[in-house]
Amino acid sequence: MVNGINLALQFLDSFAFIVLAAAGLAIIFGIMGVINLAHGEFILIGAYTATLAVTQLGLPLVVAMLVGGLVTGLFGILTERVIISGAWPNYVSQRTLGRDIIEPLYDRLADSMVATFGLSLILTQGARIRFGNSIDQIATPFGAISYGEFSYSSYRIVLAGVSIGLLLVTYYLFTRTDFGMRARATIQDKQTAQAMGVNTDRMYMLTFGIGSSLAGLTGALFAPVISMQPTLGDQFLVEAFVAVVVGGPSVVLGTALSGGVLGAILATFSNLYGTFIGRIALLVAALIALRFLPNGITGFIDQLRKRRQESD
Amino acid sequence: MARNSANGEANRSLPGRLRSRFEGPNTIGESRGFWGGFAAAVAALAVYPAFGDSSQLSLFMVLALLGLSLSVVWGYSGVLSFGQVVFFGIGAYTFGVVSINFATPGGITAAVVAGIVGGGLSAAILGYFMFYGGVRDVYVTIITLVSTIVLHTFMAQTAGSEWAIGEAALGGFNGMPDIPLLTLGVGGLSYQFIYNPFPMRVIGIGAFEISPFYYLVLVLLVGTYLALRALVNSDYGRVMVAVREDEDRTEMFGYNVTRVKFVVFTLGGALAGLSGVLYAARNVYIDPTVFSLLFATLPVIWVSIGGRKSLLGAVVATLAIEYLRISMAGELALVLLGTLLLVTILVLPSGLVPWLHEQIVATRLGPGEAGGADTPDAPSEVSD
Repeated sequence: MVNGINLALQFLDSFAFIVLAAAGLAIIFGIMGVINLAHGEFILIGAYTATLAVTQLGLPLVVAMLVGGLVTGLFGILTERVIISGAWPNYVSQRTLGRDIIEPLYDRLADSMVATFGLSLILTQGARIRFGNSIDQIATPFGAISYGEFSYSSYRIVLAGVSIGLLLVTYYLFTRTDFGMRARATIQDKQTAQAMGVNTDRMYMLTFGIGSSLAGLTGALFAPVISMQPTLGDQFLVEAFVAVVVGGPSVVLGTALSGGVLGAILATFSNLYGTFIGRIALLVAALIALRFLPNGITGFIDQLRKRRQESD
Repeated sequence: MARNSANGEANRSLPGRLRSRFEGPNTIGESRGFWGGFAAAVAALAVYPAFGDSSQLSLFMVLALLGLSLSVVWGYSGVLSFGQVVFFGIGAYTFGVVSINFATPGGITAAVVAGIVGGGLSAAILGYFMFYGGVRDVYVTIITLVSTIVLHTFMAQTAGSEWAIGEAALGGFNGMPDIPLLTLGVGGLSYQFIYNPFPMRVIGIGAFEISPFYYLVLVLLVGTYLALRALVNSDYGRVMVAVREDEDRTEMFGYNVTRVKFVVFTLGGALAGLSGVLYAARNVYIDPTVFSLLFATLPVIWVSIGGRKSLLGAVVATLAIEYLRISMAGELALVLLGTLLLVTILVLPSGLVPWLHEQIVATRLGPGEAGGADTPDAPSEVSD
């Protein structure tokens, strides 16, 4: 049964889910050329931290969520220093062996996938060993709103609002601040950016940290509504990867647009034919999008803009 | 290549000429010592069932075929497919469905062929959409990864009775049991390979039973390894490697890069399909865990650790890692596997087997015999 309000709410829900799942992944991929297959586990860290902060330490929910994002961000920075750039191991090996032992994983897409998958195995299994197959969950806040014979969790509407807010903050950060300018300069031309005095090494570290903390925040935000088990990151992966691929090179705009398009597809097909068909429709949409727009939506927009400039 | 022709002239004898088909710049191991060791290793595998558990080793060898299929697609043509298990699983399920419906020797033989064709065909369809659609690099990886996850979701929900093909119920998470025993041939001229111990009597050792399935898999594995060696050292193999090293430049030289990738991807799919058929036949059972994310990444782990540009590395690493994984079996197994993967990628990006080969060549052979020292290519080469 298709119900207008239902569909709209479901769209908002899918939109928030896709945008939040993809944002951290998109930033790290778009800016650093690193595919983080441990993205799901970064989400896991955020979700577990927030949940444990509420159940064990008794922190208020909002604070616990921020703590979740912060802890994951710090973990991301640690990952970047040790694995992705190899800066710390290389510092040690320079002193002891006199040479680098790790070649940075920047722009080595396949290697970065394999390495971060190794990390993801360690984190998933580590969480299982430390916390068992599930941990106590926090209750969903805010109750539900009802309309007619239906009711809907208000927390999910809050999530949609938060996802839009996060997009705006990220957009502001990367386009309106000094940090954003340096980060974008680093993506466009690393050498020139260095020559202009940008510390590109630090840019990478901070960008990875921001991407990770967004992943952690996603986990913390979804902690009250998904079951807390070590494999919880997996359910974000498909949507995240598809959104990044469909979005294309422009990180924030691409994520927002693909969140909108894919969210509409997911909501419509899930509503009509069930969750499974919704996921299949998502993949088919991604295949079609890649077949006709190999550089994603924002790549296509760029192409249109260029063509219009040329014809003027 | 100059070195190749020099090789051919140096070895005028028949074994020498035969050997040169399997040697070239794209594989390691060209010395007499290597082929001696190779023969010794095959002989050791052939007598192993007399001493150890052959049923477990046969499983590892089936998986080594899957590792080889990824090695040829990723290591030699530069297409990182995270979805080799898609073709593996489709091959396995196709074999199950066809053989349950036609449970005669001829039908089961046809099911084996159907499984291989199923793997190849699904790879061809996916490959057509990707390569002819202009999808490149990491996007190929992401699409294959997503296909794996979607297929896992799909197969997991096929529990209802409406999900049956003929007599074969797909069975959702419960999987598809009662796959007929692997039989090859037609009517009376057929032989059944599983659970059919073959009594052997050797003078001096005594009587023991051997598993025909084990030897079937061993022959297939050695045959596939040698055939792929010949392929990657042929002219076509050189084009494959050129595509891996620099796609645009290869295209500029007039090669049809898209078709090369498409053909290799399809071939890899068919080989993964064969591996899946043998997997389903060995277990007489198949379930959707073959599409799970962990299983999907295992081939990538084997091939990365063994050395992606080395066919031998894929086989050796598959056998070794699966042995470790099964024997560790504890909670820490996956943590250790992840650490091994991480450390190998960071410290030895070209893999363990090529590194070992370099060490052996550097220490065992004198500088005069350095002919075998050529590694497949420069170790500092970047991968994507």
